[in-house]
Amino acid sequence: MRGARHLAALLLLGASAAAALAAAAPPALDELLALLRQRQHGHVSFTEVHTLSMLKEPLTSSGELFYEAPDHLEKRTLKPAPESLVLEHGVLRAQRGHRTRVIEVADFPDVAPFVESIRATLAGDRAALEHYFDLDFEGDLGHWTLRLKPKDPSVAKSVADITLSGERDVIATVAIRQSDGDHSLLTIGPEITP
Amino acid sequence: MKASARSGTAAFLVLAVIAGVIAARARYTADLSAFLPRAPSAAQQVLVEQLREGPAARLIIGAISGATPATRALLSGKVVAVLRSNPAFESADNGDAASLARDRDFLFRHRYLLSGAVTPEHFTVAGLHAAIAASLDALASPEGPLIKSLFPQDPTGELLGIIDDLGAGRAPRSSAGVWSSRDGSQALILAQLRAEGSDSDAQRAACEALREAFADARATLPAAERAAVTLTLSGAPVFAVAARTLIEAEVMRLSGLSALLITLLLLLVYRSLPALLLGLVPVLGGALAGVAAVALGFGVVHGITLGFGVTLIGEAVDYSIYLFVQGGAAAHPNWRANVWPTIRLGVLTSIAGFAALLPSDFQGLAQLGLYSIAGLSAAALITRFVLPAWIPHGLAIRDLRAPGARLLRALAPLHRARALLLLVPLLAAVVLYLHRGALLSHELAALSPVPLKDQQLDERLRADLGAAQVRFMVVAPAPDREAALLAAQRLGERLTPLIDDGTIAGFDSPSRYLPPASVQRARLAALPEPATLAARVSEAVQGLPVNAAVLAPFLVAVREARAAGDLGRADLDGTSFAGLTDALLVRGAGGYSALLPVSAASGDLTEAAARRLRTAIAAADAHAVLLDLTGETDRLYLGYLRQAIMLSLAGFLAIVVLLIVVLRDPWRVVRVLAPLALAVLAVAALLVGLGEHLTILHLVGMLLTVAVGSNYALFFDRIGHGAHRGSVPLTLTSLLVANLATVLAFGVLAAARVPMLADLGRTVAPGAFLALLFAAMLSAPVPSSAPETAP
Repeated sequence: MRGARHLAALLLLGASAAAALAAAAPPALDELLALLRQRQHGHVSFTEVHTLSMLKEPLTSSGELFYEAPDHLEKRTLKPAPESLVLEHGVLRAQRGHRTRVIEVADFPDVAPFVESIRATLAGDRAALEHYFDLDFEGDLGHWTLRLKPKDPSVAKSVADITLSGERDVIATVAIRQSDGDHSLLTIGPEITP
Repeated sequence: MKASARSGTAAFLVLAVIAGVIAARARYTADLSAFLPRAPSAAQQVLVEQLREGPAARLIIGAISGATPATRALLSGKVVAVLRSNPAFESADNGDAASLARDRDFLFRHRYLLSGAVTPEHFTVAGLHAAIAASLDALASPEGPLIKSLFPQDPTGELLGIIDDLGAGRAPRSSAGVWSSRDGSQALILAQLRAEGSDSDAQRAACEALREAFADARATLPAAERAAVTLTLSGAPVFAVAARTLIEAEVMRLSGLSALLITLLLLLVYRSLPALLLGLVPVLGGALAGVAAVALGFGVVHGITLGFGVTLIGEAVDYSIYLFVQGGAAAHPNWRANVWPTIRLGVLTSIAGFAALLPSDFQGLAQLGLYSIAGLSAAALITRFVLPAWIPHGLAIRDLRAPGARLLRALAPLHRARALLLLVPLLAAVVLYLHRGALLSHELAALSPVPLKDQQLDERLRADLGAAQVRFMVVAPAPDREAALLAAQRLGERLTPLIDDGTIAGFDSPSRYLPPASVQRARLAALPEPATLAARVSEAVQGLPVNAAVLAPFLVAVREARAAGDLGRADLDGTSFAGLTDALLVRGAGGYSALLPVSAASGDLTEAAARRLRTAIAAADAHAVLLDLTGETDRLYLGYLRQAIMLSLAGFLAIVVLLIVVLRDPWRVVRVLAPLALAVLAVAALLVGLGEHLTILHLVGMLLTVAVGSNYALFFDRIGHGAHRGSVPLTLTSLLVANLATVLAFGVLAAARVPMLADLGRTVAPGAFLALLFAAMLSAPVPSSAPETAP
């Protein structure tokens, strides 16, 4: 069983290497985005580990992610403290405790790239991705890595890059590397079926 | 006779000089005061204070359009720098990084005095442990990267707590480092004037200073860019200045235009320059008397009143028309016996009508009443006692008997058509019934001289800046500043739970930026000594992923806070909280008032939410009241409206009583009043049918229609009774000319760009015409015994 999957991966790798030789990277990225675009909704669990230099241990949080194409994204943190972050039609609603904060993403050039990195990837929106980031695609459909480097210098001052990885239309991790070396890794768990 | 004429002239000249002196020395204004009540209730008093000197009344929004965001930001910065050094402005902000940093710095530096979380329990081992753990949770949240750098100095999260409490409103959008409109096309500036909302000279100067600062900043741009950038100003002071300019310009324009038209009419009728000039004497004398009376009675003459004065031209000129046309060029001695009594009764009915306006709370109306009474009395008295003596021998005006005869012949078909008048109440009833839901206008804004387009722009800019018009406000009066802050603090403690349970969305309070001294002392006392704190922190971080060493800056910060001591009003200078605090802490008649604007959960407060809010306010025991500014404004207007209806009815009643007393015949009274009532009905139906919502000024216009129209009806009544011993054709001519003069004057007013004046004109112009027409139709047939010509 395990061997068979390994074999399949090898075959796929070989195929994509051939494809890469044929026409550089973009076609594979386009293919991936097209695949992601087909996906209409998702509901997964997540675990996020924040590594901060000033703390002796990393901070861990976990919860659930919801996605509804093309622009409804929800991050519901359950631990350590309940918190929800809902993005809908460009409006971000953050709720912590009793307080709710509502912002229009477009109003905050510093926030927009964070939000768009995940939303635009999920929506397969290449134009939006390229608006905020320089894209660097590696791998193939079966096992890909998409590195996003912020274009806006003021964003780049705090965020070095955001790296998404996954297999086909399933995103596995989102890693954010801050310029000061602190970093966080969001690992997406299996699909939650209602 | 000669002696009495001389003394009449002498008295006139003396009085004219006195009135002239009073009018010349009178104070003129064109601000909001015409709309404000004379004897406000307690709630209205707060509303009036808000309208006059509340934060909104002193706020100007500047919007820079054109060119690139960077250019707009450059101009915005230059303008704000100039305004900040101008003492006329309390503050000027454009959201630049420097001022945001200053605000944040202020909150951070004084966080242990400003944070409501600072209590002795907060700084126990358990309290510190909980607070630090919560901050670590926040570090793991999406806003973590933003607060990371604060953590070592503020591990208990005071700054975030303060910002959470402040941040109810939506922050303005930024473009190129300064505030911009939501669509990003304009750079926005917020300027707070120092002068009160009622000081229109200061407001005008401030608007000019702002425009000048912009012009100077623009002049530094390269020529190509210069033309592209423009500045738009908005806000209550700008509107007040615009309204004043508009009223002044309109009064000049309308008086000029109506004087010109009436002069032309009189020239056409009289064909005599001396007669024309003499005819204008009662008008000018009346206007002078009116202004003098208002100046004496009110201390200040409102521009709107001068606008109403245009109507006086239309009515005061009638008396001399009756004199010249009916009395003939020679001012026949019989005029005094034949015509004067009718005019006298007409003047008295007008005065009865206008007198009803005198007790109005609406200052504009009260001034209109006094102005008209004084003006009409003076005009009539001048016509009666001064003018006849001034008519030179051999003054010849055009012979009007021929057109008069034609009018007399036209009466017969009008009489025959009188059955048609039955249709008037029927049609009017149908129209009024069909529009029954929208007869009256219920908003004070209907009277506002500010165009709707400008009001909408203002609303948009305010929304963009997160400075939306405040609707609900808790007002706590207190003997002094400290007591007001304490009241605000107590109210805030009661209001905070209401945010958490969703009753209200948020509130603002002066005690957030400047806590009362007792609260500050208690917070300082809650901060442990350095050694104690260090020991507690070491213990508190047990089990948390952070070393006590990382929190060394926290120990320093608390030690510094303990050493720094209290926060005073002067410490706020240079931050945007200075202006905010002053705006929320207003000096009133009996000391200070703390204002706490409350934002409702969804625009409006539900019945239940309002009840909970009132209960919370009462529990704070701060003698505070909840004020619904929109509701109060509407209530104020509805009060005016109700009063205007009552006063109009009272005026009508006074006219009826006067007629009963003088005519002593109920049937004649009915005959005089019927055409007037029909005219009023017809005009009301006409206006409503054309889609107008009736305002106070329409109602007053109806009263004026009765007051003015009664003159016509009385002449017809006299003719019908054979009591009129003058020439019937000449009387008819004089009525028509007088009516034309009135219709012209009010018609000019109908075209005014000031809604109050236009409403009045649009009612009285058609009303006066219909009153004459209906009076002619309903008049008794002319007795054959009546003399056809003047002897």
